[in-house]
Amino acid sequence: MPEAQVKMNVRGAGEQASIIDVHGELTAFAESVLMDAYNQASDGQVRAIILNFEDLEYMNSSGIGLLVTLLIRINREKQTLMTYGLSDHYRSIFQITRLDDAIAIHDSEEEAVKAANSA
Amino acid sequence: MTEQTPQDETSEEKKQKPEPRDAAYWAQRIERLEVSDVPEGAANVNVQGRREVGALQGFGQLWQKTYRLRLTGIEETPEEVVRAWKEHFPEFQPPNSRFYPSMAGVAPGEVLFISASVGGMPVHTGVRVIYADDESFTVMTPQGHPESGWNTFSAYRDDDGVTVAQIQSLARANDPIYEVGFRIVGATQQERIWTHVLKSLAAHFGVNEPVTLEKACVDPKVQWSQTMNIWQNAGARSMLYTITAPLRWRRNKGAAR
Repeated sequence: MPEAQVKMNVRGAGEQASIIDVHGELTAFAESVLMDAYNQASDGQVRAIILNFEDLEYMNSSGIGLLVTLLIRINREKQTLMTYGLSDHYRSIFQITRLDDAIAIHDSEEEAVKAANSA
Repeated sequence: MTEQTPQDETSEEKKQKPEPRDAAYWAQRIERLEVSDVPEGAANVNVQGRREVGALQGFGQLWQKTYRLRLTGIEETPEEVVRAWKEHFPEFQPPNSRFYPSMAGVAPGEVLFISASVGGMPVHTGVRVIYADDESFTVMTPQGHPESGWNTFSAYRDDDGVTVAQIQSLARANDPIYEVGFRIVGATQQERIWTHVLKSLAAHFGVNEPVTLEKACVDPKVQWSQTMNIWQNAGARSMLYTITAPLRWRRNKGAAR
């Protein structure tokens, strides 16, 4: 099976939020990388997870499925999921798949972090 | 000459950023389904004007089901398998679930009409192709469809180099009526449909192998806020459409005179 063409790193963003920087491709093969990053990001008192998509290079429909399962898991932990850095193309995909109904899309890291820490 | 500031450079970089390579594979965003040409034999009863609904919009429990069939012994690549799948998609369906693609076939943005029989009841609906590349295609359901979510049809090579055909469904029942139906008998019926599709695809390549199914309840909670999806229930509306067929026939006959 092909390797995941994605790297993710986790960093803190205030007292209640963590950012996961996504570098590369979001496809079915990214599942374990994404879940490992979430486990790391969710340590401690974190109430919001922010996905940084500035370096997202490719996403297929399986990638969207991954985001749904991540969202369900996050909601189960009473956390919220936000994003920033989506290009117009990927914003459109969020709208087509109606992920934007449940995942907040912000224009910048600053805006996302502010929203996360004031929620 | 004006010197560029770092901010200007960032703006310039953004403008020159190449289009992502998945851009051609995704459908365009639309508010509601608009259909201009209805294929012969299809019924545009619960498609025109409907919004698409994903795995987050339905009522019932969210299930992920993955059906796989190893196409042992064939030389065709995953791309060749998916090309055949797209070309023969309607033929691979069981008799109680007829698909009517448009002239453009399985391509991003195209609507596939569906006429099915569920427990003896007619269900006219459709799906829209939201993603299609050389190795997979994904359809998304509209309001009223029994499911709210996506089905992805794909092929890949496993670690032994065998081409595997896969159907993955991530969906909820669209409303309470469908949820009850799925829990009683619908889920089994649906599993039979996708098993039939994979077996038919395999038979096209001269293969007879078993289908494996993995299923996981991703979200066991129902979404009570989506109860009123009942108003768009395609099964109920299809029944009404069928019952009123004689009235339409009379009206059309009167108009023809």
